[in-house]
Amino acid sequence: MAAHEAHAHHDAHGHHHHEEGFISKYVFSQDHKMIGKQFLMTAVFMGIVAMLLSIMFRIQLAWPGEGSDFLSFFLGDKWAPKGVLSESMYLGLVTIHGTIMVFFLLTGGLSGTFSNLLIPLQLGARDMASGFLNMISYWLFLLSSVIMLCSLFIETGPASSGWTVYPPLSALPQAIEGSGQGMTMWLASMSIFIASSLLGSLNYIVTIFNLRTKGMKMTRMPLTIWAFFVTAVLGVLSFPVLLSAALLLMMDRLAGTSFYLSDIIVGSEMLENHGGSPLLYQHLFWFLGHPEVYIVLLPALGLSSEIISTNSRKPIFGYRAMIGSILAIGFLSFIVWGHHMFITGMNPFIGSVFVFTTLLIAIPSAVKVFNYITTIWRGSNIYTPAMLFSIGLVSTFITGGVTGIILADSALDIAVHDTYFVVAHFHIVMGMSAVFGMFAGVYHWFPKMYGRMLNTRLGYAHFWITIVGAYGVFFPMHFVGLAGAPRRYYDYSVYNEFNTESFDMMLDLNVIITFFAILAALGQLLFLFNFFYSIFRGPKAIQNPWKSNTLEWTTPVEHIHGNWPGAIPEVHRWPYDYSKPGAEDDFIPQNVPLMEGEEEH
Amino acid sequence: MSRLIVLIVIVLGVLAIAQLVRLYELSSKLRDRREEDITNRDNKLNAGLLLAFMVFMFGGFIWLMLAYGWTGRGDAASVSGAQTDWLLNLNFWIIIIVFFLTNGLLFGFAFKYVRKPGVKAYYFPHDNRLELIWTVVPAIVLAIIIILGLKSWNEQTDEPGKEAIRVELFSKQFGWTVRMSGEDNTLGFFDYKLTNENNPLALMTAATIQNAIDSMENGMSGIKALERKLNDRTIMLIPEERDLMVTDLDRKERLIRLLYQMKVRHNSKLDVQAMDDVTFTEGDTLYLCKNQEYEFNFRAKDVIHSAYFPHFRAQMNTVPGQTTRFKFTPSVTTDEMRDKMNNQKFNYILMCNKICGTSHYKMKLMVVVLEPKDYEVWSLKTSYTDSKAHQKRLAKILKRTPTPKEREDWLKASKTFKNVYQVGKPVEAPAAAGTTDSIPADGAAMPIDSLPKA
Repeated sequence: MAAHEAHAHHDAHGHHHHEEGFISKYVFSQDHKMIGKQFLMTAVFMGIVAMLLSIMFRIQLAWPGEGSDFLSFFLGDKWAPKGVLSESMYLGLVTIHGTIMVFFLLTGGLSGTFSNLLIPLQLGARDMASGFLNMISYWLFLLSSVIMLCSLFIETGPASSGWTVYPPLSALPQAIEGSGQGMTMWLASMSIFIASSLLGSLNYIVTIFNLRTKGMKMTRMPLTIWAFFVTAVLGVLSFPVLLSAALLLMMDRLAGTSFYLSDIIVGSEMLENHGGSPLLYQHLFWFLGHPEVYIVLLPALGLSSEIISTNSRKPIFGYRAMIGSILAIGFLSFIVWGHHMFITGMNPFIGSVFVFTTLLIAIPSAVKVFNYITTIWRGSNIYTPAMLFSIGLVSTFITGGVTGIILADSALDIAVHDTYFVVAHFHIVMGMSAVFGMFAGVYHWFPKMYGRMLNTRLGYAHFWITIVGAYGVFFPMHFVGLAGAPRRYYDYSVYNEFNTESFDMMLDLNVIITFFAILAALGQLLFLFNFFYSIFRGPKAIQNPWKSNTLEWTTPVEHIHGNWPGAIPEVHRWPYDYSKPGAEDDFIPQNVPLMEGEEEH
Repeated sequence: MSRLIVLIVIVLGVLAIAQLVRLYELSSKLRDRREEDITNRDNKLNAGLLLAFMVFMFGGFIWLMLAYGWTGRGDAASVSGAQTDWLLNLNFWIIIIVFFLTNGLLFGFAFKYVRKPGVKAYYFPHDNRLELIWTVVPAIVLAIIIILGLKSWNEQTDEPGKEAIRVELFSKQFGWTVRMSGEDNTLGFFDYKLTNENNPLALMTAATIQNAIDSMENGMSGIKALERKLNDRTIMLIPEERDLMVTDLDRKERLIRLLYQMKVRHNSKLDVQAMDDVTFTEGDTLYLCKNQEYEFNFRAKDVIHSAYFPHFRAQMNTVPGQTTRFKFTPSVTTDEMRDKMNNQKFNYILMCNKICGTSHYKMKLMVVVLEPKDYEVWSLKTSYTDSKAHQKRLAKILKRTPTPKEREDWLKASKTFKNVYQVGKPVEAPAAAGTTDSIPADGAAMPIDSLPKA
């Protein structure tokens, strides 16, 4: 087997290490652990920016037309004259907030950080299959992040046609200012991001297939790795489609083609484009866009599976069913994209097919949820901050998931499509779940990343503020949506013209939402402080602080290139032998051979 | 100054937290407690908080339900909308039960099974029976949801009946324009290249094609004018401006070729379909008749918009280059809805629900649903062509034979394309008598007063 040869090869020079210089260690590192940390740092920064942007437009929504020092401080006179957010910047903020959160924080940050960190460590590999491609992947990610951030500062403003950038709006600078240079930068940034994501994903897949240590059968891999694996496959199959969508859009903008444009008069300018279809873009976009939801969500579910099992001191319930549901979700995610397009003019019959496939996803999702609950049942649960965030994840996954049943049903989607109901749904099920998974991962693997411990009490405070804030923001938002409020509205003054009662209700709810949003944002300061403080001054970690089974906890606390100082450990059992009857300890690491007469699970 | 104070407060706050953390760490060190060792006290506290949070979450949800639950949009005002609401409520009951059940189990178990000294976790790796149960039960529930949903969806998207009135809603940044199909209930053809100030909806007739050709050739910025300007050596042009003009000229030359082709191919027998279409001015209220089925045809001039009727539970995107369709039957008049909601200022509305530019949030059209007898008056008033059928309908309204003078007045006031489309004159020229423009501010349902009463 190729894997064995690779191991033998690594073992041969695994022992001697030379001191690395600053540049090769921290900047152009090819070590997967460092690259993971680079992804994390970049993503944390991008996340802070995106969160700030959301606070800005939340202020406008709760107190429309009132001046705010906060806004004038960040946006200045051009975008917030007298502290009142301008209409075009409002749309710019909404767009960039969505783009950064979905792609840069939850795709690049979540998958980039933890796939890089954990795939080699949990599989028992010295490094990724290609350290060099891995490094390129990070640098492309950084470059795309920088371009996206720069687009916030240009004169005509950032892309402002929503994070889905539907043409013709995104193709015509005459229609909205942000579709000028801002949109060009958006497309450039996203194209580079896709390249980064593809390099990363291919690397993950190759590593998982080829570099598993001896005894690490596919059915002995931790669920984290299964999740990263399916995520990477989804990325490889769907991101190229987004790239093609972006390239065609660029052609329409720059080369005068008509892929997405037809029969348009914008302002008083009659365009000669004919024969294109805006629906083509939507199909291409959502062919990525829906798998993207699972690209964001699956790693979080994988991380929480590991954390919940470890901290409940119980094997994850239904390991094979969990793998099966990850695979089922991954497969189904490719044939449901049309549920974003029920009312776009797509043929209603195709719509009904998508209703069917979409609602099917609820089955593997339900299996996952019940398996989590059964894992917690009769466990010996230890509430580390990571465990709390994982439980929070299961809760948001349920709460956000059930409203998906309404939206997947085309007959009901008509009534709530593009309202705040949708916004609330995907923020809870995708946004909050993935963010909770990411926090859980950071709290759990921080000792592995930095060799130090995070402060637990601050972690508790951070969790409680975050979950109260998250539900406080997105619960009321459902009701704004059920009152019919369309998303991406600068204010709801139009309600004054037909139903003042609805207007008052929405304003009340919007104030509540913004209050909780600010609370949750302030809560993140605790995390940031804890994170950066502990990197430098946190108490030193021990090798296996959580008494966990997986291989990463058999590596020394001090990072070394090649991960294990000696031979790579061999794997003899699945990763979830917690509280196994007959065993002395309540955990048996994967590298411990089976005892005489012991059966594998 | 205030910024400075805020900055100082933030810095001090961070320092204070840092000191607290130091203190905490020192005391942990003294007590020999490590971060990864979660004390039983902490563990129990968090387990209790999880339960408390569940209560807070459920309580908050119930409070929101009671305070804001089903009131937002009022009862559905269309036939299919009532069906949607019924299904929506059914689905809500299902998901609310699931929400309470699963979250209850999650937080309940998390509370109950907190680590207790001496109690080992129960080794329970899998159980096929349990797994079968929670695969099959959701599958059955989903099957019911899917079947009911698709049944309703098929009804909603089925072809409208023969009696359905065809209406076009034309969208552009940032407004809506209504076109009714008139006496023949057929919307006339259109082509976007025919758009000009006389013909904002780009209807296609022999005259409008000729007019479009004329204005593209001889208009203010037509081909001839552009050529003259570009060839005039006495005019100094900035290079960029010249480039723009050349591009514009090229484009217009290509477009006019298409217009000539259109002219040759045009079948002027079809003009009548457009001639009786009732064209309104942008922003004019959309009037609908109670219990009358409508087929809406949506068009977009520039970017994608979405026609969103929250009260009728209907929504459809408008797509440039493509006509999209949707049907519904209003079932509650504006006046009835006002009484129902106990709000005399309530109105139906059509909003734009797909981001379309900076003023997206202002793009709306007022909608009024009338009783059939009021609608009959309004409809005849706006579409009167003096045909035999129309004379009959007029006689019915007046309850006598209309005099030639009356017929002439009605004809003048009607908004058929034939009437409104006058080359060279702005479309906005007000009709001779009566007005169907926006809803009066005092909240009266419609200006029927000015119409002849029996």
